[in-house]
Amino acid sequence: MKRLYYGYITGPLIGIFWTLVVSTSVSILMAFATGGAYLPTLWGSILSGLLLGLLAVRFQNHLIVIPAAFLVAIILPFVGLGPLAYGDSIPLSMQGISSLLFSIGTGWALVKYLTDCPWGNLTRHEFEECVIRFLTGSGMVFFTAIVLIPFYVMVMTSLKSQQALLLNPLDFSLEFEKGWGLLRSYFELFNDFNFGTYMITSFVVSITTVVITLLFSVPGAYAIARFRFAGQGALSRSILLIYMVPMIVLALPIYVVFSTTGLRNTIIGIILIYPVTTIPVSLYMLQGYFRGLPTEVEEAGLMDGLSRLVVIWKITLPLSLPAMASVSLYVFMIAWNEFLLAFMLLDDPKIFTLTRGVAMLNSSEIPRQHLMAGAVVSTVPIITIFMALERFMTRGLTAGSVKG
Amino acid sequence: MEPPKGRGKLAQRDARFAWLMLLPTVIIVSLVVILPLFAIVWISVKPIDLGDLRPTTLVIRENFRTGDEVHEIEYRVRNSSQEASIADAGFTDIVPSEIELLELPESCSLSQGSNLDCDFGDIEGGFRERFSIPATITVSPDVAEDLAEESQPRVRGDADSVLTNTEFTFDNFRKLFDQKEFFTVLWTTLFYTFFGTVGALVFGLFAALLLNISFRGQGILRGFFLFPYVAPVIAVAFTWINLLDPFSGSINTLIVQMGLTEEAINFFGQRPLALIMVTLFEVWRYFPLSFLFILARMQAIDFDMYEAADMDGASPFQKFWYLSIPQLLGILSILFLLRFIWTFNKFDDIFLLTGGNAGTRTLTVNVYEQAFGISNIGAGAAVAVIIMLFLLLFSFFFFRFISQEEGL
Repeated sequence: MKRLYYGYITGPLIGIFWTLVVSTSVSILMAFATGGAYLPTLWGSILSGLLLGLLAVRFQNHLIVIPAAFLVAIILPFVGLGPLAYGDSIPLSMQGISSLLFSIGTGWALVKYLTDCPWGNLTRHEFEECVIRFLTGSGMVFFTAIVLIPFYVMVMTSLKSQQALLLNPLDFSLEFEKGWGLLRSYFELFNDFNFGTYMITSFVVSITTVVITLLFSVPGAYAIARFRFAGQGALSRSILLIYMVPMIVLALPIYVVFSTTGLRNTIIGIILIYPVTTIPVSLYMLQGYFRGLPTEVEEAGLMDGLSRLVVIWKITLPLSLPAMASVSLYVFMIAWNEFLLAFMLLDDPKIFTLTRGVAMLNSSEIPRQHLMAGAVVSTVPIITIFMALERFMTRGLTAGSVKG
Repeated sequence: MEPPKGRGKLAQRDARFAWLMLLPTVIIVSLVVILPLFAIVWISVKPIDLGDLRPTTLVIRENFRTGDEVHEIEYRVRNSSQEASIADAGFTDIVPSEIELLELPESCSLSQGSNLDCDFGDIEGGFRERFSIPATITVSPDVAEDLAEESQPRVRGDADSVLTNTEFTFDNFRKLFDQKEFFTVLWTTLFYTFFGTVGALVFGLFAALLLNISFRGQGILRGFFLFPYVAPVIAVAFTWINLLDPFSGSINTLIVQMGLTEEAINFFGQRPLALIMVTLFEVWRYFPLSFLFILARMQAIDFDMYEAADMDGASPFQKFWYLSIPQLLGILSILFLLRFIWTFNKFDDIFLLTGGNAGTRTLTVNVYEQAFGISNIGAGAAVAVIIMLFLLLFSFFFFRFISQEEGL
């Protein structure tokens, strides 16, 4: 390891690895944006990275390294060693844009990574700082890509026509001249496939689930958290145990019972069964929160002659509003995303929930952009709610949701 | 003075109150969780098919046939099951006063002039009979037909339901263990569970390390990293299928274009790649959870410790390895155990991605496959029982090692 502790060795090494990351990312980015053939080259990237790493360590200045990277990207291809290679049909302008992206991506980041990294001897500290900055940068690129690409493809596919998709599955450039025609799949979903109704059904089912869940779990969680009674330990353990029973195991007898009692294929049946899947989670989350509330406030209320119920209503509940918001959001998310029970219990297209409706679109007769449009329609509301209330949501997730 | 011993009045009242508050929850949860669990065990020792869910009954159809002078009421009767027998089978029907039955078959009798009662005694599975009763009418044939068919015959009979009788069998389990496939399923489940869990933890740890540095846009990025978990599974699963489609998927086009492979790869259709892909999907979808937990824990680590380490000249990697990791070990092991259990329980993801084909059938998918794919509810329940046994084992570990830390 010690042999690496020289700026003129660390710099080029980080340069090489980072350039590989950048040329791959730029190729994928350009390919997904335009559908053309862009590819990173191994030896070209290594050569460019070597040069740029040395420059970055030597000059430590964006204004030198970025233009140098641009030159590298447009000159090296002439000797057959460019960091990026292009297919035959790629116009010069696009090659220019990719070179520009490449030069900013390498030059700007490499200077950042290699600041405080002198040309000669490095201390272990300086070396590791550089490596960590490089790893952080690569990690950002990696995670952003793996999260972004599926959602990007989901949205873009829903806006394409079937022919365009079959022609080049990579080409996600939008045909803006179609105007509203871009949203054709969505219009068809809402007009011909009843997705408006499904959405309302999903909202109604999810909100009812939240309300019922809270009605049951707030008193229950309070009792577990505040009172001492025989069987308390066993009870709070069995909550966790129930929380672990897989849905498919329950779904089978529920299917049998619902089939024989006529609850199958009804919204009532769904509303009956959803809260039961969420009550244990909610109990678990809320009792953790109630335990964290100071008992003194409640005891003061009791001393003043309030009854237990009044204390809960006037003191505990207002204090736990944020926790209830988190739990509600989390339960809403579970109910909104629930698929298995809806799939097994609902057959009648009139009363589908949104997830069941999307499952219906998965057929060879229905074009794929409809399926993706359905996926977008089911994703957008929950993601919007999530983004708007991110603070509550993340807290809700951390409080109880080790469940998937 | 001695401190009070035993339970005071107040404590007793509190305990009663506590149970009162818990009662609704306990009742509903036992109704929908505990009962089904018993049901599963019950069904697993029953020789039962999906078709047996409908109770065996007598099925009857009534027809009025117009003749020249004498008309006919025709009854067609059959047993809905081919195997199960019905005891004391029969039916009653009200004959309108406008119709007069001329001669009755042996099994039938007429009381009060209008109540027709036919009795077949004990009938076998597959029983089928049709007979006609000649009749004269005082109104026009069309009216008579309407009148006759207006009154629906009522059937009776005691059928023995497979669900409720006392016939038990271990056939479901025996068949299950006889299949070589079962052990493949078991192995697939363990592979998926183990690597899915570890992968999600490792990815989550890396993502948390990235966001543990404060910078502008950190909050947004944190929210963004949670997308795979928040989006409905059905949406992201279909997106993955779409993305990786061998004929028109973008990824395949991309890697062929980049020259990584000669021809498109059928990611979800061939062994063992399909199993690896569903495991990767699991990692992708659940790394956000571990990420969130690990990040929360990291931000709670006392900063002084790092400052002290800085004073002592510790390098960044040393600080990570000797300070952060030991601090995170607790949450990592809790996450591992819990995620292991949930991943073991996972059904939707694989069901949507591959339907359990191409070597991706896990135990949970097998429950569905047995019960609905080949319509053998009993076998499905048997697999479910095996899952529950595994869970008991896991929860033993869970309560042994985790509950102290969680304070439960």
